[in-house]
Amino acid sequence: MATASMSVKVPVSVDADKCIASKGCTVCVDVCPLDVLVIDMNNGVALMQYDECWYCTPCEVDCPTHALTVDIPYLVK
Amino acid sequence: MGMEYSEREVDILVVGGGTAGPMAAIRAKETNPRLNVMLIEKANVKRSGAISMGMDGLNNAVIPGHATPEQYVREITIANDGIVNQQAILAYASNSFQMIQRLDKWGVKFEKDETGEFAVKKVHHLGNYVLPMPEGHNVKKILYRLLKKNRVDVTNRYKVTRVAVGKNHRVSGVMAVDTRTAEIVFIKAKSVIICTGAAGRLGLPSSGYLFGTYENPTNAGDGYAMAYHAGAELSGIECFQINPLIKDYNGPACAYVTGPLGGYTANAHGERFIECDYWSGQMMLEFFRELEGGNGPVFLKVNHLAEETISTIENILHTNERPSRGRFHKGRGTNYRDDMIEMHISEIGLCSGHSASGIWVNERAETTIPGLYAAGDVACVPHNYMLGAFVYGEIAGLEAVKYCEDMRGEETDKEFMVRESERILRPLKRKSGITPYQAEYKIRRLVNDYLQPPKVTRKMELGLRRFSEVRDDLEGLWADGPHNLLRAMEVHDILDCAEMAAVSSLYRTESRWGLYHYRVDYPEKDDDWLCHVQLYKDGEGRMVCKKIPVEPYIFEPDAGEIQAYERLRIVTKDMV
Ligand SMILES: Cc1cc2nc3c(=O)[nH]c(=O)nc-3n(C[C@H](O)[C@H](O)[C@H](O)COP(=O)(O)OP(=O)(O)OC[C@H]3O[C@@H](n4cnc5c(N)ncnc54)[C@H](O)[C@@H]3O)c2cc1C
Ligand code: SF4
Ligand code: SF4
Repeated sequence: MATASMSVKVPVSVDADKCIASKGCTVCVDVCPLDVLVIDMNNGVALMQYDECWYCTPCEVDCPTHALTVDIPYLVK
Repeated sequence: MGMEYSEREVDILVVGGGTAGPMAAIRAKETNPRLNVMLIEKANVKRSGAISMGMDGLNNAVIPGHATPEQYVREITIANDGIVNQQAILAYASNSFQMIQRLDKWGVKFEKDETGEFAVKKVHHLGNYVLPMPEGHNVKKILYRLLKKNRVDVTNRYKVTRVAVGKNHRVSGVMAVDTRTAEIVFIKAKSVIICTGAAGRLGLPSSGYLFGTYENPTNAGDGYAMAYHAGAELSGIECFQINPLIKDYNGPACAYVTGPLGGYTANAHGERFIECDYWSGQMMLEFFRELEGGNGPVFLKVNHLAEETISTIENILHTNERPSRGRFHKGRGTNYRDDMIEMHISEIGLCSGHSASGIWVNERAETTIPGLYAAGDVACVPHNYMLGAFVYGEIAGLEAVKYCEDMRGEETDKEFMVRESERILRPLKRKSGITPYQAEYKIRRLVNDYLQPPKVTRKMELGLRRFSEVRDDLEGLWADGPHNLLRAMEVHDILDCAEMAAVSSLYRTESRWGLYHYRVDYPEKDDDWLCHVQLYKDGEGRMVCKKIPVEPYIFEPDAGEIQAYERLRIVTKDMV
């Protein structure tokens, strides 16, 4: 069976200048109830990997450097 | 095939660390610190469940001086159209105040008046039960501190897939899968408490966004499916959850916060059309009629209130519970000062916290399987909400302690473990196939097409056919890694819940609970159906239902009170 991948705009954005994932921070990844955030090892920045977001905001509120912003997902907006 | 799972052993295993779960674990450990208590959670206990960002109030506080347990039991009996086990509601009501005091002592902030008394508000039809928590955002932090202090074994990022039952028909443990590594573990336990919340990913929200649900979407109905497959009885599944929500945003507006401050639900003309904003099936039916009729759409109206009141409302709604409400309104250019807020009805779900669908439990939180307990949204104690989750979490924790103190654990069939680990791993072993996203989207779209009330017999029968076709398709479900394996496992739970919703709705051939079970082919309420409908798996593995009588009432509701709920619509001049 053939499959294809589809790109979508995701609601979470991370300011690479503020994110301290390269210093070992994983707070947003840890708290997200849907487990959709990961640390991009190449760039040392948090990243939204799956568009499965409840726009609930623990990731944003708990981020120690205010690097992360949650927008309302486009389909919901 | 070699061993594809590891094994562990505990005394009490609490499944789901949202609201009821942490309370169950904390109270069990406080009562008997020698017991080994594990709290296993699909997400992370720090921020999981319905209250991940706190709550803006208790919807059902029974506080001396404002309400009595008897009043509350009568109110909920009527709100749930007579189908309640009053013993179970009474156990909640009698324990409500001590739980509020306990939470207060732990540091949860409730609204108090100048004299330091709890500031209770009226939202329900008859009594006063709403206790605001304008600073309620720290509940999870407090629970987490107590879990650590009491040395509960917190195990995050595992999805429990099945509950195991031993040869003596007692609970014997659970199977679970690590959502980040796909490693499988069997956890042997003397007692298991299911606290996995609602079936929140059942209907498809009108936005089409799978995760834009009313409920926290980690709650895919896992607990309903687990209990069903273990052989427990479920009850009231046909009494769906449907809520009045901010359109598209799909979160509460929230009338319980705004109501006591002067806000109300209005039609397109800005007029009230319901007497009372307390969520019930009867209220939802009026809401639905207004929405679909010439006076729709429906709005929440606060723009007539003073600036100071509106700032208070904004402050509560935009910092608690669903705090992104504020940015949603901003994006649409909606301002509470000028505009009414457009409302809509939610997708369907199963949730006893708001309506009545759940695993059958008695006043000791016992299910029909010895050693298996359930608490919170997943357990059938109607209209239980957050405080009900705490109270029944406590009851379940304490009962589980008693149960396992003089119990030896049951053995589990190795065959069960092997079969279940194979079932879990199957989607990973394929190289391609139907993705969990596609399967989930299709099931939930079918749920909307065939099960969303008004319920139509022929449609629900067709729905069941479509579900069984999708069940065959799931043989080809493919997961490219642990995350999508989690979603694939949830797809099975969602399909089980969809089937349960159809089967129990077809079984009850009457209409009851307003919109929640409005059957077009049987539009009237019928006294022959003043009974519980139990759903379970029979000896041949079929999904079946049976009636059981409603237990004799302890408090008989009086006729005047019953009429109050039946007459929710405001009688306008042209209707008289
Ligand atoms: C948006 C919203 C607003 C609300 N407002 C109010 C209010 O103002 N007042 C009020 O009294 N009540 C309110 N409620 C209801 C109240 O929050 C719930 O009734 C209560 O919190 C339910 O608690 P619970 O423990 O049953 O479920 P939850 O708190 O949702 O916890 C369930 C937990 O189980 C976990 N889980 C699920 N499946 C599995 C699995 N397979 N394995 C392991 N873990 C699993 C989940 O990750 C989650 O952490 C609201 C609910 C919502 C959704
Ligand atoms: S808003 Fe919630 S669901 Fe979305 S990424 Fe943040 S924590 Fe996860
Ligand atoms: S919490 Fe903030 S700083 Fe830490 S990894 Fe996430 S975005 Fe980066």
